[in-house]
Amino acid sequence: MEDFGEKFVQVGVALAIFAGVVGLIMLLVDRAPKSFRDKATVVGFLLPAAVLLAIGLVGPAVQTTFLAFTDRNGDPNGLDNFVWMFTQPEALVTLRNTLLWVVLVPLLSTVIGLAYAVFIDRARGEKALKALVFMPMAISMVGAGVIWRFVYAYRGGEQEQIGLLNQLLVWFGGEPKQFLLDAPENTFFLIAVMIWIQTGFAMVILSAAIKGIPMEIVEAARLDGASAWQQFRSITVPSIRGALIVVVTTITIGTLKVFDIVRTMTAGNFETSVVANEMYTQAFRANEPGRGAALALVLFLMVLPVVIYNARQLKKQREIR
Amino acid sequence: MSAIPADSAAATATVTEETITGPRPPISRRVKQRLTSRGATAAAIIIATLWTIPTFGLFISSFRPEDAIQDSGWWTFFSNPQVTLENYADVLASGRSSSPNLGQYFINSLAIVIPGTIFPLVIASMAAYVFAWGRFRGKDTLFIFVFALQIVPLQMALIPLLSLFINLKIGDFQLLPAGTYAQLWIAHTIFALPLAIFLLHNFISEIPNEVIEAARVDGAGHATIFWRIILPLSVPAIASFGIFQFLWVWNDLLVALVFSGGTADVAPITQRLAELTGTRGNEWHRLTAGAFISMIIPLAVFFGLQRYFVRGLLAGGLKG
Repeated sequence: MEDFGEKFVQVGVALAIFAGVVGLIMLLVDRAPKSFRDKATVVGFLLPAAVLLAIGLVGPAVQTTFLAFTDRNGDPNGLDNFVWMFTQPEALVTLRNTLLWVVLVPLLSTVIGLAYAVFIDRARGEKALKALVFMPMAISMVGAGVIWRFVYAYRGGEQEQIGLLNQLLVWFGGEPKQFLLDAPENTFFLIAVMIWIQTGFAMVILSAAIKGIPMEIVEAARLDGASAWQQFRSITVPSIRGALIVVVTTITIGTLKVFDIVRTMTAGNFETSVVANEMYTQAFRANEPGRGAALALVLFLMVLPVVIYNARQLKKQREIR
Repeated sequence: MSAIPADSAAATATVTEETITGPRPPISRRVKQRLTSRGATAAAIIIATLWTIPTFGLFISSFRPEDAIQDSGWWTFFSNPQVTLENYADVLASGRSSSPNLGQYFINSLAIVIPGTIFPLVIASMAAYVFAWGRFRGKDTLFIFVFALQIVPLQMALIPLLSLFINLKIGDFQLLPAGTYAQLWIAHTIFALPLAIFLLHNFISEIPNEVIEAARVDGAGHATIFWRIILPLSVPAIASFGIFQFLWVWNDLLVALVFSGGTADVAPITQRLAELTGTRGNEWHRLTAGAFISMIIPLAVFFGLQRYFVRGLLAGGLKG
């Protein structure tokens, strides 16, 4: 318990120092001579953020870009790291897996989330039904990893199964399966975990968008005798196009960076690694910072077009409004 | 915090009661809803069940004795209920040598998340205020630049930032030694700033001009305006982002792996849990209870403050 106390002393001291620094800035800004008080405010208020971003994000990003072209001793090696990435079988598997993730997760999460949002719209107990599907969003990916490892748990055929999925297999007369070990399908079982997490996100945002569709349009379509499917296709989907784009791009970016799930469930073994996980492995476990940096750079280049597209769409929508 | 879920549970209870006994909607509307929604309701219930069962199974298992977990599936619990708190006692206790000692890591998580949320909120609010109400050349360009920093994946910053922390010395005195929380606090603060500044700026710039002008006429300086007017008026935005950041830091694994050093002195509970799944992947009595301990705080935040959480998510999709 004295440990407990010591830890909170650390927190207390840190908060006190932080309050002191902020207080000092406030004092200096308020006491500055009137003639450049406004300037002092701009500098004083921006300084902490500017310093932190410069040393913690801008500088490192530039450094990483250079690091991507060096070997493990820090000597320049041209494009070797990228050649490695695009030729070595194990690195190619990583790229293939990332591609699978980035296609399947946004697609399936959005489709299931949209279907669910439409199904429960104005249904009885909508709030509770939403909370159930949305809850995985609050759980850490490490926690989700444990939850799903338990679903996939494997016991030899003669033993009783403790994992739900294998028990279902046995009940239906199949053989228990090593869901996380058997490549290449094990990647799909990891992807299922991410879909489980992201569907709630898609559902909440799309549901909010659906509720924003003007009632008159829906009523008019009903009076014209449109079927539920016709309503969905020609009214719901076009009306929530903006929200759909945000959902798909956001999930895509999140998926590109997925790390925790793979780390917790297989640690990237058995041909399940993805770029973000491989980046960590190479840089911090295999002592290959150059390769790690190259992977981080590729990650950045993959995220870039998605963000640009998203920003353009948002701008377009603003202009329409 | 616990009062809020209880309230909403009570609310749903009254709603169902009303629908059974209370006045019914006109027939035409009822029929319309029925027709479109019977199959849909069934599908929705199937999805909801599928989405809930994995967590539910883990939850049930965390209360079953070790032997029972290892010998039979959690679904047998309903025909043969055995309940124990031993798993929780085991993972939390710090005295036993075989215990994963999660209590300590839980405290680490708290110690990381409190400054890890407060620091970026204050620093970002200050910057957002200047971006919204200050006047200086290049303001818009600088703001767009900060916004654009969101697209830098934090993976790109990890390697150089770690070596920077190690080399940050005055003489032989290391400013941010490994094995303290300082590196984690600063890393989390940095990675939060671009999004936080952007969101808070959007909110702060909507504050009516008259409010601020009136304060200036009364002779208030920028510091006073910031603390007395801007911050109190921005509470909804601060709450949304605060919850978002809180959950993000609490649930983080990558930043922790790189900067914590992995000891019981510093590492958060997510890191410990990830480690346990690697080294003791079959000790399900410990993993199930441990996973739930790591989820208690985020789930409480989630159920208690769902509305703010959703708002934060709606605005904060690009983070990471």
